[in-house]
Amino acid sequence: MSDHIAKAYDNDIATLKSQLAEMGGIAEEQLANAIQALIRRDTALADSVIRNDDTLDGLERRIEEKAILTIAKRQPMAHDLREIIVAIRVSSDIERIGDLAKNTAKRTHAISEPLPRNLASGLTRMGQMAQTQLNQVLNAYALRDDEMGLAVWRADEDLDALYNSIFRELLTYMMEDPRKIGECTHLLFGAKNLERIGDHTTNIAENIHFLIHGKAITDSRPKKDVTAMMRPTDG
Amino acid sequence: MDIQLSAIITPPSPRIMAERQPRIAARDVNIYYGDKRAINSLSIDIPDKAVSAFIGPSGCGKSTFLRAVNRMNDTIPICHMTGEVRLDGKNIYDKDVDVVELRSHVGMVFQKPNPFPKSIHENVAYGPRIHGMAKDKAALDEIVEKSLKKAGLFEEVKDRLSHSGTSLSGGQQQRLCIARAIAVNPEVILMDEPCSALDPIATARIEELIDELRQNYCIIIVTHSMQQAARVSQLTAFFHLGTLVEYGDTDEMFTSPKDKRTQDYITGRFG
Repeated sequence: MSDHIAKAYDNDIATLKSQLAEMGGIAEEQLANAIQALIRRDTALADSVIRNDDTLDGLERRIEEKAILTIAKRQPMAHDLREIIVAIRVSSDIERIGDLAKNTAKRTHAISEPLPRNLASGLTRMGQMAQTQLNQVLNAYALRDDEMGLAVWRADEDLDALYNSIFRELLTYMMEDPRKIGECTHLLFGAKNLERIGDHTTNIAENIHFLIHGKAITDSRPKKDVTAMMRPTDG
Repeated sequence: MDIQLSAIITPPSPRIMAERQPRIAARDVNIYYGDKRAINSLSIDIPDKAVSAFIGPSGCGKSTFLRAVNRMNDTIPICHMTGEVRLDGKNIYDKDVDVVELRSHVGMVFQKPNPFPKSIHENVAYGPRIHGMAKDKAALDEIVEKSLKKAGLFEEVKDRLSHSGTSLSGGQQQRLCIARAIAVNPEVILMDEPCSALDPIATARIEELIDELRQNYCIIIVTHSMQQAARVSQLTAFFHLGTLVEYGDTDEMFTSPKDKRTQDYITGRFG
């Protein structure tokens, strides 16, 4: 895209992009640390994740203010308008991802015993997958790469499938030993958080598509989280 | 002849045109100032009861084409044109067309309000009188009142209809000019940057008025304000270097235009 006649307008949009890139980088780090903290039961790391969430909240506010100011000053049209609206939406998704990472980290305090090996490896895999999804979608946004974004959008199915299997596994542990219900519930929420993070990455992918093409993705959204229909006996 | 023309030149057509007959249909219009071609084989269908906005950089031909719709270009000696402009199917450039009569069907409002240096009443009454539209003074007064009401000016001037039209504020003068255009019962109203000399409040009033008038008229507005085009029109045509680049539903033109030149222009990137 060529430059605006008014250079300051280009700067306004460039500022939004760089603030979003900064926000994305912090969210990735927060997510990686939250997963590590939960799996290794590292409460110090968990506390640092909880503290750092304020940075993301602050950045989201700054992006929103900058976006509103730019709309008021420049009356953006067409691609510029989409650029700004998408920045607001993406920053809000990243902020939610930060909240979910923080919530996952918080649960570290409630886990007193090492996780069973199967479960730890399942959660590790789910964590890696969520991190890859986030990393890829942030790259797709920075590079304006619709195909890369759509790949993330489609891969959300796998994250949902993994969540379903962890859900089943946790149900089994809870049935076997009711004393573990407390801890398992926390782990279940942790896994659910990762699954929700996946949903936010698909939101971002949808916004990349809208940014580039000016219209919504027409396929139906991949949605394979079937746990809402599961009963304990299904496990 | 008609069938052949439309077979050769398919005008770009916005969605709204699919369900309506064009009130104005231009086919293969070329307009020259001396040797210089200002409009380049332009074809367009413009619907009734809608506002169509013409946008584009200075010198793109939008005002030239607008003036071709009521043969205002006839008054410029070096200007000549080829092609057809049809109003309800009738070519307005046919030999048997009376230009004065035509301009009562196609009214025009200019950039600078230009009331006659006469009373407010006379400004509005002049047209209907020369066209013999009122049989007596009472009928003429009724037309004046109705036109001023439609133009949203009556309440402000009803106690001083005998005052000079030029004593009004800029925004009021422009509404007076709109009342004057409406008084002769036109089907089409052409507006050439009607708000560019007005303050934001007067502009908002005119825009509100345009929105009301579109219930009954075919309105074409030339404007340099993209925001104004986006606010008041249902259709937008983008002109560049004498060519109609893109013509579409306003909502789409300002959110996802198809042509890169349109995109560059409306986002402020034109070099």
